Amino acid sequence: MTAINPSISTFSHPILQARAITCVRGERTLFSNLNLQVFAGQCLHIRGENGIGKTSLLRLLTGLVSPESGEILWNGAPVQKEASEYHSQLLFLGHRDALKEDLTALENLSMYAAIDGTPIAEKDAIDSLGRFGLRGREDLAVNCLSAGQKKRVLMARMLVRRAQVWILDEPFNALDTSAVGELQALIAEHLEGNGLAVLTSHQPLSIPNMQVLDL
Amino acid sequence: MSPLIAIIQRDLLLVMRRKSEVLTALFFFVIVTSLFPLGIGADADLLRKIAPGVIWVAALLSTLLGLQRMFAADYADGTLEQLVLSPNSFAVLVLGKIVAHWLVCGLPLVLLAPVIGIQFDLDAPSLRVLMAALLLGTPVLSLLGSIGAALTLGVRGGSVLMSLLILPLYIPVLIFGAGAVYASSEGLGIAGHFSILGALFILALAFVPWVSASAVKIAIE
Repeated sequence: MTAINPSISTFSHPILQARAITCVRGERTLFSNLNLQVFAGQCLHIRGENGIGKTSLLRLLTGLVSPESGEILWNGAPVQKEASEYHSQLLFLGHRDALKEDLTALENLSMYAAIDGTPIAEKDAIDSLGRFGLRGREDLAVNCLSAGQKKRVLMARMLVRRAQVWILDEPFNALDTSAVGELQALIAEHLEGNGLAVLTSHQPLSIPNMQVLDL
Repeated sequence: MSPLIAIIQRDLLLVMRRKSEVLTALFFFVIVTSLFPLGIGADADLLRKIAPGVIWVAALLSTLLGLQRMFAADYADGTLEQLVLSPNSFAVLVLGKIVAHWLVCGLPLVLLAPVIGIQFDLDAPSLRVLMAALLLGTPVLSLLGSIGAALTLGVRGGSVLMSLLILPLYIPVLIFGAGAVYASSEGLGIAGHFSILGALFILALAFVPWVSASAVKIAIE
């Protein structure tokens, strides 16, 4: 287990921090005494073999699951305590796309915006879908879209959600080469705007200001 | 737009896109309640006597049919995680899902009840009491049912288990709902029945969203 030391950061305190966390699934201890910290403007790339606990670590960081021991801090406060504030700054994309197949791409976007309490104008939603190559497909039901196009709907959601913390589980799966580039650009843009990202991926990435954590 | 309204709107929109699931539950209610007069024959006295019980039991069972859907689809596609991670109180979103379930599976029963009641030769005052009792009782069914739907999330054979968990909890609603209609047809007072139904509704409304929200969170872990 490696502790991440910030090398390039203008901020003195980490936004997201894990202190001595242990994760147990069933009978098995996936990892123990893991420390990490992510500063604003940083991206943390978590690597490791299948089944080593990458997804479990991401779910711990979102606060969906509590660690067996240790704690996850957001701006110095435990995420369970400040759940509402933390969640308003958090965007988590799991390995399931969480899109409603019967709704259109546009409806999916506006629905999440309304539920998250960050309503968006229809024009902004259409523009964001357009940016990721879905112009003209806004009104297609999501079950008519390909796996890669669904991912592009999610990229549009990342753009309009305006959260500071992005936690992304295998965001590059099912994307074609140009979309991989677009997503890396989107993440780089997010980091420039003082956001931070934690992601898992099996492919080499070229994102500025990226740390790697090998589980 | 508040998150509560947003989630109700979303669930109703999803139902509109896939009407068959809801219509199944409603047709079940209509057919089961129509089978009794056909099976028993034209004994009007007997029909009047069994009407409240039959209609209420059919209402319980048809509510149960729609319950499985309340969280299962959102659980399967990962939407439920997103709802838990929304900045709003998750209990409010759960309440929204319960309201949507009632609008789709409860309210139509209230509206269908008079038509069904005619088959049982119920008179106009009894029909009104039946509708009022259903109006107060079906939200309790949706509320209590959400606990079962949440507890059996991700469990294999969950729908049978859910019926076993939830049907006993429905007994008070059944007793006082059917009792109100029976009392009114016998010329007895109905205020007591309605007070208890109202109390059940308020209690369920106050506690169930939190209970179901916690159960869903456990299922997601």
